[in-house]
Amino acid sequence: MPLTAIAYETASPSNNGPRIASKQPIATLTGVTKRYGTALAGSLALDGLNLALHPGEIVALLGPNGAGKSTAIKLLLGLIAPTSGTTRVFGSDPREAATRTRVGAMLQVSRITEMLKVREHLDLFRSYYPRPLPIPDILRIAQLQGIEDRLFGRLSGGQKQRVLFALALCGNPDLIFLDEPTVGMDIEARRGLWTEIRLLAAMGKTVLLTTHYLEEADALADRIIVINKGRVICEGTPAEIKRNSGGRRIRRITSLSVAVLQSLTSVTNVEQNGEATTVTATHAENVVREMLRRDETLSGLEIASPALEDAFLALTKN
Amino acid sequence: MSTSTIALPAPTNSARTARIYGKEAKYEFVKLLRTRTFSLATIGFPVMFYIIFGLANRHAFDGSVHMAKYMLAGYACFGLIGAALFGIGVGLSSDLAAGWLELKRASPMPVAAYLFAKCASAAAFGLIIVSILTTIGISFGDVHLTLTEIAKMLGVTLAGSISFASMGLLIALLVPANAAPGIINLIYLPMSFLSGLWVPIKFMPHWLQGIAPLLPTYHLSQIMLSVFHYNDTMSLTTHWNALIGFTLLMLGFSRLIFHRKEQNA
Repeated sequence: MPLTAIAYETASPSNNGPRIASKQPIATLTGVTKRYGTALAGSLALDGLNLALHPGEIVALLGPNGAGKSTAIKLLLGLIAPTSGTTRVFGSDPREAATRTRVGAMLQVSRITEMLKVREHLDLFRSYYPRPLPIPDILRIAQLQGIEDRLFGRLSGGQKQRVLFALALCGNPDLIFLDEPTVGMDIEARRGLWTEIRLLAAMGKTVLLTTHYLEEADALADRIIVINKGRVICEGTPAEIKRNSGGRRIRRITSLSVAVLQSLTSVTNVEQNGEATTVTATHAENVVREMLRRDETLSGLEIASPALEDAFLALTKN
Repeated sequence: MSTSTIALPAPTNSARTARIYGKEAKYEFVKLLRTRTFSLATIGFPVMFYIIFGLANRHAFDGSVHMAKYMLAGYACFGLIGAALFGIGVGLSSDLAAGWLELKRASPMPVAAYLFAKCASAAAFGLIIVSILTTIGISFGDVHLTLTEIAKMLGVTLAGSISFASMGLLIALLVPANAAPGIINLIYLPMSFLSGLWVPIKFMPHWLQGIAPLLPTYHLSQIMLSVFHYNDTMSLTTHWNALIGFTLLMLGFSRLIFHRKEQNA
């Protein structure tokens, strides 16, 4: 993180205090169903979805393609209306202009006006809001210094994404929606944007981001909401999500039979691959202690938490 | 937050709204100017055609009608219609397709400011084109114009831009972005020819002349010609009514389609 950015954080202590204290959600979807097209021939994008965002948290909306992530964001932005259920942002309808002055969005945009300079884009977007961030601050947070006078069309893919990110900041919003913010970025650029997103949370902003990258949700989010086919499948901290997927994996070479291993408490799965056996268990320590007691020849012990990716695949399989 | 933003009082609502309209229009115009395919083509074609066909007739008279002056009205209409159709038709449909308009709509930007900017920029290009053509006509075509006539021409340009901007709006809502330029040419070029914008209508076959009054381009050109008292026998009120009716029809259809799209979204 650049020093300037840290200075920025510390210069805004007044922003954090009262907001963290209040536990009222600032944005909610309550029993929201969204159907595209007619009731008979249409497709169901959201199916009774409930979602609440609390002040100051980073929430990741995770799900496969067509899960309803972008639809949820569009509803919260007031771009579309729910078929049934209610949408509330800062206690009112997100379609109201007053609500929109407190919200920023980065959407999946294939192309924006290429013949305007970065600075001009920012100048225009800032004019929409009553209390915009100063341009130097936006350039610093989105790391656009040095390219502010370049035409948008001349920027690299990662730089374009950062400009779109900057547009979401222009109005100094309290709530920011990021729809697939790092899509098409290389790993270095992606990590750069993560730093910038964390900076927003440090400023007391609430962030809802959708992502395909599980690593991204794991690295950024306070809370992950996994959705599939328009429904919430599970919700929790990254650690809780991993735990819910069936526990940790113990892999080693042992003379104990599969049947014996399966009889141990908290074991959920046993797999024999080659000479090694993999045991999945919710209480890995107890299982290992028991195995060591029963088998003195046990060797090559490894214990691993499942990657979030495995947890995610397990959760969205059906 | 830096102290400068806290210290700055938020401007009043109406001042802020006016500033949004201003900036939106300014940057739309800058964008069109920098988009060479747009600015060079919309300014270049009418200017080139007028130099080739208009100036060649600088000594030609048909009774009391000075042909170079008559054709100035035709190419003025041709130019301003092109700017309106391409500026709005192509610009708006690509904004829609790219998701850019959606991002703007998620912001507090009033949609009216966006439409105003598109319309004002098209009108500005129309005024630029007509001014260039008029300058060429006066300087090289022996065209004599009073200041009142020039002022009236610019007034008609403004009205014509708004009218055909509404057609551009409808095209943008109906046609996919990649097809928009082709479709616009398919409508714009034959319509210009059939209304006598390129070649005075009286020199065209009689059966073709019958089609002209069905076209909005014809009525606009007759209004433009009336500035020089070169218009046909039909009353000027009829031409204005036809142009206004056409505009309202385009806006009505656009509204209908926009609402249908909103509902399906």
